[in-house]
Amino acid sequence: MNNGEQRRLNGEAEEDEEEDDANNGGLAAWERAYADERSWESLQEDESGLLQPIDNQSLKHAQYRRRLRAASTARIQKGLIRYVYIVIDLSKAAAEMDFRPSRMGVVAKHVEAFIIEFFYQNPLSQVGLVTIKDGVAHCLTDLGGSPNSHVKALMGKLECSGDSSLQNALDLVHGYLEQIPSYGHREVLILYSALSTCDPGDIMETIQKCKKSKIRCSVIGLSAEIFICKHLCQETGGLYYIALDEPHLKELILEHAPPPPAIAEFAIANLIKMGFPQRAAEGSVAICSCHKEAKVGGGYTCPRCKARVCDLPTECRICGLTLISSPHLARSYHHLFPIVPFDEVSPSLLIDQQNKFPRACFGCQQSLLNPGNKPSLRVACPKCKQHFCLDCDIYIHDSLHNCPGCESASHSKIPNANKG
Amino acid sequence: MASAPSKLYADDVSLLMVLLDTNPFFWSSSSLPFSVFLSHVLTFLNSILLLNQLNQVVVIATGYNSCSYIYDSSTSTNQGSDNGRMPARCVNLLQKLEEFVIEDEQLIKEGLREGIASSLLSGSLSMALCYIQRVFRSGPLHPQPRILCLQGSSDGPEQYVAIMNAIFSAQRSVVPIDSCYMGSSNSAFLQQASYITGGVYLKPQQPNGLFQYLSTVFATDLHSRAFLQLPKSLGVDFRASCFCHKKTIDMGYICSVCLSIFCKHHKKCSTCGSVFGQAQSDVNSTSNKKRKTPET
Ligand SMILES: [Zn+2]
Ligand SMILES: [Zn+2]
Ligand SMILES: [Zn+2]
Ligand SMILES: [Zn+2]
Ligand SMILES: [Zn+2]
Ligand SMILES: [Zn+2]
Repeated sequence: MNNGEQRRLNGEAEEDEEEDDANNGGLAAWERAYADERSWESLQEDESGLLQPIDNQSLKHAQYRRRLRAASTARIQKGLIRYVYIVIDLSKAAAEMDFRPSRMGVVAKHVEAFIIEFFYQNPLSQVGLVTIKDGVAHCLTDLGGSPNSHVKALMGKLECSGDSSLQNALDLVHGYLEQIPSYGHREVLILYSALSTCDPGDIMETIQKCKKSKIRCSVIGLSAEIFICKHLCQETGGLYYIALDEPHLKELILEHAPPPPAIAEFAIANLIKMGFPQRAAEGSVAICSCHKEAKVGGGYTCPRCKARVCDLPTECRICGLTLISSPHLARSYHHLFPIVPFDEVSPSLLIDQQNKFPRACFGCQQSLLNPGNKPSLRVACPKCKQHFCLDCDIYIHDSLHNCPGCESASHSKIPNANKG
Repeated sequence: MASAPSKLYADDVSLLMVLLDTNPFFWSSSSLPFSVFLSHVLTFLNSILLLNQLNQVVVIATGYNSCSYIYDSSTSTNQGSDNGRMPARCVNLLQKLEEFVIEDEQLIKEGLREGIASSLLSGSLSMALCYIQRVFRSGPLHPQPRILCLQGSSDGPEQYVAIMNAIFSAQRSVVPIDSCYMGSSNSAFLQQASYITGGVYLKPQQPNGLFQYLSTVFATDLHSRAFLQLPKSLGVDFRASCFCHKKTIDMGYICSVCLSIFCKHHKKCSTCGSVFGQAQSDVNSTSNKKRKTPET
């Protein structure tokens, strides 16, 4: 690996030279002000160029529309058990400050949000973290299901140096993902700051190896488009995007949180044997098999070998049975039984039938009348015909996944959602 | 929303969403008559409103065929209590409740559902969560919301997915769901709801003393709860039931594509239609040997 050459490629790195050494210890005062307060994040420009507090509504609405579109293609099979490695480029390029306070800081912040969102949407999936530094890839955390341990490990290791090596990272991740069960979806999400890669061998071979192992590689670039990344994503069926600014980066990262449409040959459908342990009463004492400590209260008992474990989901250390709680599964059932998008009630109809329509949102009771008793914009559920305000519309489709109107009517006609 | 200046909101101001089970099939067989239950609840609601001037109470009726808002302390005026015998808020509430029960009963005549006579908890939970979101939207300063389910009917299995969705949404917005369950056996839905959202699940041993239970366990605001010894959970039933027979099982098979649960090996998933690779009954234990154990 040739450090000198790399320097010339990233010309700007030279001027930051002196600061770089001190980078870990102290930021310049003006940088610190940015890093601590992030005051710019709460501002946006209005039409006349004045700064205003950010209007989240429009952002939210765009997000909501995007998700609705995804939901309307419902019933496609989703790859619900995912094994994802997040590769973070911590080469010298990550210290650049075109993103504030630095690319690295911004990436870390959004990876943290991503991990939390990811586990919310994919409860049975696992994430691992890999960093690239000094031309070498390090495994920061192994594949695991606990968001906190990943976030903690990442925040403790935020320093960058040297070159980046795509091949080393792919080789490392490939080695780990080879071992996962065949029903799992293998994915790599690479957050790449550098404009080059310093590889020990032929990267094309590595890319073919990943393709053969059905590892879906996606790259989010922070600088400019690089051929090798594009090639990697095309070959393995992943996505390649370049982040334009911070909100865009956030959007790009979060796009990977919902399960991707399962491509039939990428994972073999299978029946997996699982156990559903009961939670022990508070105050009961047992020795757990995971930490090998005597613990009071909490804990779950493996239904096959009766070993005690502390947390779910996990694999029983004694008999290898995958242990989960039914709520973990239930978290993803809304993908299977999505609720239909609501229809906008047309303004002409509103004026015609003003008096017949409900005056308040069925969900939150907010008045649906504008000042002056004119009916305001509203949506209606095509099934139960109840009217909702736009805010409830977003909440219902984004987070709740229930139509309060449909749920408040007899259930006899929803045979599909039956469970338990 | 609330007319009071918002800067007065401290961390001990509560918004209590009460979900009142009005299922006639439960109350007709209950040892505690509905009227007695109601008088306990009304006293409890009054005491909540007296605890703090800014406290807010919203009552949603959970019926057999429908759900409806029946009381909101932020919109109803409490003036002109007639002859001092009963506060106006009780009169309002009882009147709306009566209308609701009559309407709900009329719907029953139109069609009885088969199976267990459960009430529509998923509906009232969803409505309560929508209302709470509106309070969150109203600005950075708002009362601390919590949900209290006063439930008696047994769980309706067909509501499972909807109730779970509501529970996860409540968990996400950090809204605890408390439950006071009046039925004969425990409610697995409410046990899970309270466990997952960090609320309290209580099954009163002596329903006649309901007011004592309500006022000692459920009246305190979320901030003060930290200082109380509240009932501890006596285990939560996390077992699943299979999609094929609705049997409760502690070990089963999961479709790797859609996560449907089955009690025995099938060739094809009945939910998503995937055909399963090979008849491996223990994919997991073989893959486990190859797999690196995490050293965390
Ligand atoms: Zn342990
Ligand atoms: Zn075991
Ligand atoms: Zn609404
Ligand atoms: Zn509906
Ligand atoms: Zn079965
Ligand atoms: Zn399936």
